[in-house]
Amino acid sequence: MTSVTSDLADDDALGGPSRSIWTRHENTFLGLFAVAAFLLFWEYSVVWGWVNPLFTSAPTRIIKAGAAMVRDGSIWNDLAVSGMEFALGYGLAVVVGVPLGILMGWYRRFNALLEPFVNALYATPRIALMPLIIIWFGVDMTSKVAIIFLSTVFPILVNTMTGVRTIDRDFIKVARSFGATDGQLFTTVALPSSVPNLLTGLRLGLGHALIGIVVGEMYGASAGIGYMMQTAGATFQTDRVMVGIIIIAAVGMALTQVLKMIENRFEMWRVDHRG
Amino acid sequence: MPLDATPDASDARAVKLSARGVRIDFWNERIKRNLRVLDGVDLDVREGELLAIVGPSGCGKSTFLGAVDGLVKTRAGEICVDGVRVEKPGADRAMVFQQDSLFPWRTVLRNISYGLELQGRMPKGEIRDRAASLVELVGLKGFGEHYPHELSGGMRQRVNIARALATDPKLLLLDEPFAALDAQTREFMQVELLKILARAKKTALFITHQIDEAVFLADRVAVFSARPARIKAIVDVDLQGQRTLETKLQPRFRDLQERIWRLIEEEAERTGLLTSTVGA
Repeated sequence: MTSVTSDLADDDALGGPSRSIWTRHENTFLGLFAVAAFLLFWEYSVVWGWVNPLFTSAPTRIIKAGAAMVRDGSIWNDLAVSGMEFALGYGLAVVVGVPLGILMGWYRRFNALLEPFVNALYATPRIALMPLIIIWFGVDMTSKVAIIFLSTVFPILVNTMTGVRTIDRDFIKVARSFGATDGQLFTTVALPSSVPNLLTGLRLGLGHALIGIVVGEMYGASAGIGYMMQTAGATFQTDRVMVGIIIIAAVGMALTQVLKMIENRFEMWRVDHRG
Repeated sequence: MPLDATPDASDARAVKLSARGVRIDFWNERIKRNLRVLDGVDLDVREGELLAIVGPSGCGKSTFLGAVDGLVKTRAGEICVDGVRVEKPGADRAMVFQQDSLFPWRTVLRNISYGLELQGRMPKGEIRDRAASLVELVGLKGFGEHYPHELSGGMRQRVNIARALATDPKLLLLDEPFAALDAQTREFMQVELLKILARAKKTALFITHQIDEAVFLADRVAVFSARPARIKAIVDVDLQGQRTLETKLQPRFRDLQERIWRLIEEEAERTGLLTSTVGA
């Protein structure tokens, strides 16, 4: 959209009875067009010798490298290892972060006890803990699960805690007026109103988990997508590095999209979106 | 004009709510002092009547209602419902708040059954049936499975009223329930509220800052003085016939409205909210 007038024209088109495929999906088409143009430019800047493919690779080279990795089966093992690390680390972060966040949001004293640790660790780049984690857990899968857990647990915990704390005062009045006990106030008001924030925490945690996978595996591992990228990079196999980048980006986008959709579904529960 | 709140001897109906010498102070953090909000409120509400409270803005009407509900602590005096002293919120009272404050994660039906679920007085099936019958009572048949954000402001306020009625309170407390609605919807909801209350046979205490709303709905209107509030006057609303939208066109309606407005005006002038002379 370039100007106000063109936006208004678009709105008119949307309201019209005869909307063509183009007007209905204009944004999608524009996006696809831009991506296609970019890929062509990338490809031909290598073909025409403007850049060295050792640095930039090229779309067709990446596809070839990816196909080769599928054919010789090496990619499956890396995917399985990284996937397992992610599932365990992220799952553990949810199992620990959500209940702790709820407790810290609800009990003032519990929060006062844990807050210094949470604040300190949340502010520390968790990657800085990697050397320590390698010492503790070695270079196999456990250390990656640990770093993914540590990366993910704090955004989930802190957002859940905020969700439990930001209860609409009117809701509390309603519950109290009906004679709600503290326990009932918690289950019928505090828990459901924390759901939107909890989901935001899960989405933010996702990004941190992916960083954890890649950096953790680059630091010290024997398999996984990050490990594959590390070894390919060290031997200037740019095409294979690109395959890894694309896998990570695609997974990140897909999972974020899924969580975004769940979040939108619960957006009406958010305090400031009421009414 | 009866200026005191003691029950009229000729009225045989039982006293549902009686407030005697109710005093409420609020601590003001800024000036580090107690502010007296209510200074000895005496009021009786009789079985089956709708009593409206009006008064200058910020006079403590809502605070009084909160005290009747048991959400606000009194400094002195006592409030009794059916002779039982109010200490905390209870099933014999239910509040309709100004903000509809329906839970967005509950359907209309489940919002209505909220109070009953908390109080756990009846089995689940019975709660569901009762909620369903209230959906009909407030004229929302077919909307039971909808969520609050799918409803208009007027519809949400109906659900809000139904939620309060669900627990079958002896006394219904309404805190400016139509203040957030647009003018047209408000008028319709006023008529609707009278119908709902007649069907549900409830005693009600209604707070409003709109004089026409008070006169239209109430059997009696209590006028609060400026803060610290006491009852300044109680006006009997002696309108003939059933209340419809035409009622507001009766000369008697205008008279009552004017009389109450004068009383509030006096208070506003006394406290400087309104200056009696118009000038530069």
